[in-house]
Amino acid sequence: MGTLLIRGGRVVDPSQGIDRVDDVLVRDGLVVSIGHAGTQPIGKADETIDATGLVVTPGLIDMHVHLREPGREEDETIESGTRAALAGGFTSVACIPNTEPPLDTQAAVEFVHQKAARADTCNVFVVACVSRNREGKELAEIGQLVEAGAVAFSDDGAPVYDAELMRRAFEYCRMFDKPILAHEEVLELSRGGVMHEGLVSLVLGLTGMPAAAEEVMIGRDIALSEVTGGRLHVMHVSTAGGVALIRAAKARGARISAEACPHHFTLTDDGLRGFDSNFKMSPPLRTAVDVEAIIAGIVDGTIDCIATDHAPHAREKKMLELDRAPFGILGLETAVGLAVTRLVATGRIGWPRLVEAMSTLPARILGLNRGTLRPGAVADITIIDPAVSWRVDVQQFRSRSINSPFHGWTLQGRAAFTIVGGRVKHRLDRG
Amino acid sequence: MSSPTFDQQAVPSQWTHRHLLDLERLTPDEIRLLLDTATLFKEATGGCRRKLAVLTGTTVVTLFFENSTRTKTSFALAARRLGADVVDFSASSSSLSKGESFIDTARNLEAMGIDAVVVRHGTPGTPHLLAQHLSVGVINAGDGPHEHPTQGLLDIFSIRERLGDLQGVTVGLVGDIAHSRTARSNLWGLVKLGARVIVCGPPTLVSDRWRELGVEVSHDLDAIVPRCDVLNLLRIQFERQNTRPFPSVREYAHLYAMTRERLKRAKKDLLILAPGPINRGVEVSAEVADCPQSLILDQVANGLAVRMGVLWLTCGPRAADAVPAAIPTRGGF
Repeated sequence: MGTLLIRGGRVVDPSQGIDRVDDVLVRDGLVVSIGHAGTQPIGKADETIDATGLVVTPGLIDMHVHLREPGREEDETIESGTRAALAGGFTSVACIPNTEPPLDTQAAVEFVHQKAARADTCNVFVVACVSRNREGKELAEIGQLVEAGAVAFSDDGAPVYDAELMRRAFEYCRMFDKPILAHEEVLELSRGGVMHEGLVSLVLGLTGMPAAAEEVMIGRDIALSEVTGGRLHVMHVSTAGGVALIRAAKARGARISAEACPHHFTLTDDGLRGFDSNFKMSPPLRTAVDVEAIIAGIVDGTIDCIATDHAPHAREKKMLELDRAPFGILGLETAVGLAVTRLVATGRIGWPRLVEAMSTLPARILGLNRGTLRPGAVADITIIDPAVSWRVDVQQFRSRSINSPFHGWTLQGRAAFTIVGGRVKHRLDRG
Repeated sequence: MSSPTFDQQAVPSQWTHRHLLDLERLTPDEIRLLLDTATLFKEATGGCRRKLAVLTGTTVVTLFFENSTRTKTSFALAARRLGADVVDFSASSSSLSKGESFIDTARNLEAMGIDAVVVRHGTPGTPHLLAQHLSVGVINAGDGPHEHPTQGLLDIFSIRERLGDLQGVTVGLVGDIAHSRTARSNLWGLVKLGARVIVCGPPTLVSDRWRELGVEVSHDLDAIVPRCDVLNLLRIQFERQNTRPFPSVREYAHLYAMTRERLKRAKKDLLILAPGPINRGVEVSAEVADCPQSLILDQVANGLAVRMGVLWLTCGPRAADAVPAAIPTRGGF
């Protein structure tokens, strides 16, 4: 495979406490060293990338991606979704098992691994179902799924509704040290809902999903996690109350982690005023107070990581009336731009915290041997242009779907190179 | 009585919208313009009885995805009074039951060369969605619990006909505010014209959040009746409720039905409106519905005037050309 030299970039690797301008040398798909800034002669390596003015980070990891395959290939496939990931700067994704059929058997996990290998794009780690057939009735064969390579468990798309089953899942997963990624929603409170319940839903006459629907379930799962010692990862936290619950639980030493999505720290329920179904997702866009609480949670670490909940839906499905259109928003190709624009360019967080939230901690939560540029580590590397200003155009997306409310937005920051196992898999045309 | 011919130049030209989607996004002047136009048509048609030939050659489609008798009939009659052709597109008998999306259906109708679509749908925002996809005028005839702009206009028209000016008038909207499109359209129109609005009903149907819009919230009908100049009694929309928001119809009527006893404590010249269909004995007792202060039948007649005005403004010869819908456009940072 040869050698790759990334010269003169700002290397940010929180796993080693590194934030300095330096060179990264890669050989045969592994990181060899970080050092010798600017002194390594050009031509020494087989390939050299001039990273002057760019940020060099351990490959970004999106731990919440719906790849839709098998079963809903009209929305996305493993190949199209992972190409979108590469274009967005992600070297790894964790795919969520609410496919048709759901990923609840060794064979299903193996299918995803094979499809991903054939696509030869980014790494795909499989999150498998907590319950058999995602029905919430009995546990899936968690031990065998772990053997097949499942990195975590989730019935996302829906909560694990039976509290006793959730308790058993926490207890059982403890033996494998695997987290449960929880979609938190009390369905009776959100029934028929299209958007956040608040002043905007009141004015628009749309059925609301109250913040309490999310917070009540977060409270239940924190209690179950604490009583069992099981690892809870709260998915897509969207409310100020949710952030407060997690902060308090962490202060007590609970084994809890949490993620937030770029749309939840960027948009509010005001977005629904145009009745555009691209603003419809679950959990819904909340208020400005919630947006600020999510950002504060990312700043102080209550929210460990940023994940996209990339949820493609074919355009004809999103063209339906608001109550018939499905929940979901694309995330992979806008995440870096939104995170840099909303969090870094505004001075709320620095680059080390951003890289921690998008690489170091997702790797740690899922137990992946990724998220670091230590010598000997797999050379998954993302090189970000932190200053480039670009316009979001859904027609340019690699995803099969276009359900993004950010079409036409101008964002700052974009992946310039995405390197997987030492090979450059995506290179931004910077004309 | 005015002359039997209609002077087209008498209609002011400030109307700049292609569609009528809601009252929330209209200015007070635009709402006055709609009401004034309705007045002109009411007079020019001798109280909505005679025909005018001002929309001859225009085709209006009524596209109703929810059942309706009076609104659809009122629109059809208004269009015919102006000389337009009216086609009724019955959603249940269409290809919609075969899985075609409603946007495809509307595009098909548009391709047939129509001028305006009058649409009713159970989902808020559906007329707005149509307006984005079609180049013909779209008139919202009720979108779920969101808005019913012509109903709001005709209620306000009926009040204005009796009281002259809305400024300082206190209007109580009573009942199922949560699920009522009529409440929302009334609320916006009334507030914009300077009326004082009180929304009244149990907390499960009347959110305290309405206060954030400058509207008074009350859960006690007896307390507000003596202060109101107008009461608009809204129907309980049983069909839109997940779980019943009050213990029983009997208890609801006890607390919120407008009865003769409550009427005794009201101002003598209190006006009573009720957008049909009414549940007699639930929102309003029979003797109050039929009392002299009741504008219920005025409302039906005035509905024709308002709808003639709206059709004229949105698809008449002076209708705005291809002005995009009043949807906020969003940019980046």
